[in-house]
Amino acid sequence: MIWNETIETMSREELKNLQSERLVSLARYVYEHCPLYKKKFDDTGVLPSDIKGIEDITKLPFTNKLDMRDSYPFGLFSRPRTDLVELHVSSGTTGNPTLVGYTRDDIRLWGEVMARALCCAGAERDDTIQIAYGYGLFTGGLGFHYGAMEMGLTIIPTSSGQTKRQLKIMQDFQPRILACTPSYALYMAEEAKEIGLDPRLASWKIGVFGAEPWSESMRGEIEQAWDMLATDIYGLSEIIGPGVSQECQYKDGLHLFSDVFYPEIIDPETGHPVPEGQDGELVITTLTKQGIPLIRYRTRDIVSMTYEPCRCGRTSPRTSKIKGRTDDMIVVRGINVFPSQIEHVLLGIEGTHPHYQIVIDRQAHKLDQVEIMVEVDEAIFSDEIKRMHALEQTIKKEIEAVLSIGVTVRLVEPKTIARSEGKAKRVIDKRQM
Amino acid sequence: MKIKQISVFLENRKGRMYDICSMLGAAGVNIRALTIAETETFGVLRMVVDKPAAAMETLRRQNVTANLTDVVAVEVPDTPGGLARVLKILTDHELNVEYMYGFVEKFSENALLVFRFDDPEKAHTVLKSVGVNVVGEHDIEGL
Repeated sequence: MIWNETIETMSREELKNLQSERLVSLARYVYEHCPLYKKKFDDTGVLPSDIKGIEDITKLPFTNKLDMRDSYPFGLFSRPRTDLVELHVSSGTTGNPTLVGYTRDDIRLWGEVMARALCCAGAERDDTIQIAYGYGLFTGGLGFHYGAMEMGLTIIPTSSGQTKRQLKIMQDFQPRILACTPSYALYMAEEAKEIGLDPRLASWKIGVFGAEPWSESMRGEIEQAWDMLATDIYGLSEIIGPGVSQECQYKDGLHLFSDVFYPEIIDPETGHPVPEGQDGELVITTLTKQGIPLIRYRTRDIVSMTYEPCRCGRTSPRTSKIKGRTDDMIVVRGINVFPSQIEHVLLGIEGTHPHYQIVIDRQAHKLDQVEIMVEVDEAIFSDEIKRMHALEQTIKKEIEAVLSIGVTVRLVEPKTIARSEGKAKRVIDKRQM
Repeated sequence: MKIKQISVFLENRKGRMYDICSMLGAAGVNIRALTIAETETFGVLRMVVDKPAAAMETLRRQNVTANLTDVVAVEVPDTPGGLARVLKILTDHELNVEYMYGFVEKFSENALLVFRFDDPEKAHTVLKSVGVNVVGEHDIEGL
């Protein structure tokens, strides 16, 4: 089933006209309502009247993560606070977190794109969905909630965690759809086996998995373990949350809802567009958002994109799975982690600047593990074990407070962390994805 | 009189003790007393040596994390109850012992123990005042 047949199967020409119309009013809207964008336009030497169609988008300036951070909390908003009905916050790199806000219409838009995504994954109107993404400041839980609500599904908002209870609820209510992170889906399969439940007999037949990178081989494992169709969903809170793009049953790229989120693929170095099908950074313009519309937002995710129509009938462009990042951000259990956050914490402890390394590992069927290795120098060393333990605990607690995920801390000897050209390699990602 | 203990940070890895001991051996440093406190992932090697300055220089040069800690070396009668009598004095004066260990060799007829106190100054004064023999750096170099 296609949720919005008119839009989702529109010819490319019609779609272009719609995007053009929307971009023209968006340029005017942000210029008039957001002083920060007015300044950006003026600095670039572009006026809203220069934007006559979607092809003029390259005349507009980029927006990046730093713009969001520096304008925290409300600098990038085009609407007064009183017009916002919901705020979501994600952890920042250092200092300010990222704040996004939604007007009532923005929440409707979120519901619309999430309904499209759920249908795209194969949901039917009479389905029941178990939403095991975290509810709260994280956009995962509520984004799915609004989409499922829009579709009229029966929602079981279990949120994340409490695995035994998740399994019990699945058995009792027989939902056909499961929404969670892919690693949690695998973790639950192991838990199921441990309590003597055959995952292949579970009611979940369609999975909508996202919020962290995962591979084809992981898809194979999940589909094998649960005997289900495992689909990939993509989104980021800056744009809307989950619901930017979604795979259909053919699992041949993610359908990007380009009538509302206009995608460009650029060379991250030059900022110029790359030819269709080539890898580049995904840049998104929110064509219809009101609260915090973004012009040419640089996602820092590397993908490729095609406009070839899909067998499912949708005419939207499709992107590949995320192939990498242009920065050093890593995603662990749905949480964005920047090495600079860890550096910041270590710097705050005893005013020292020890060498460190982040090791991320994913053992088969387990959640991602984060280990922080810290080199012990004379400034932080003590002959008393209790002080060393206290140091270990302080580092652990402070990093956990910043990242909101559990980590282990290991104290190591100086010069044991490999350095290349004098610069330590900060992140070792051992996950098989 | 306090003496210097060398404390070394060690990861729980094969061969690390050997590495440290051979570094010190090559530098002509003799180990007089030694103990290791260990945890699951790391340990702290504590030792009293005949040439603490030379030992520190060698370790630092080889990127080993080490520091000098003030400890008190106390003569304890090598008879039943000998240590208990010293400990009673410490308890009576509310001196807190972080850890302690013994020398390899005897000092005259007595055993020689290393104490790490919260407050080594006070410990030294108390022990002196009750006639317990506290051994100095010079005595150790001669061992």
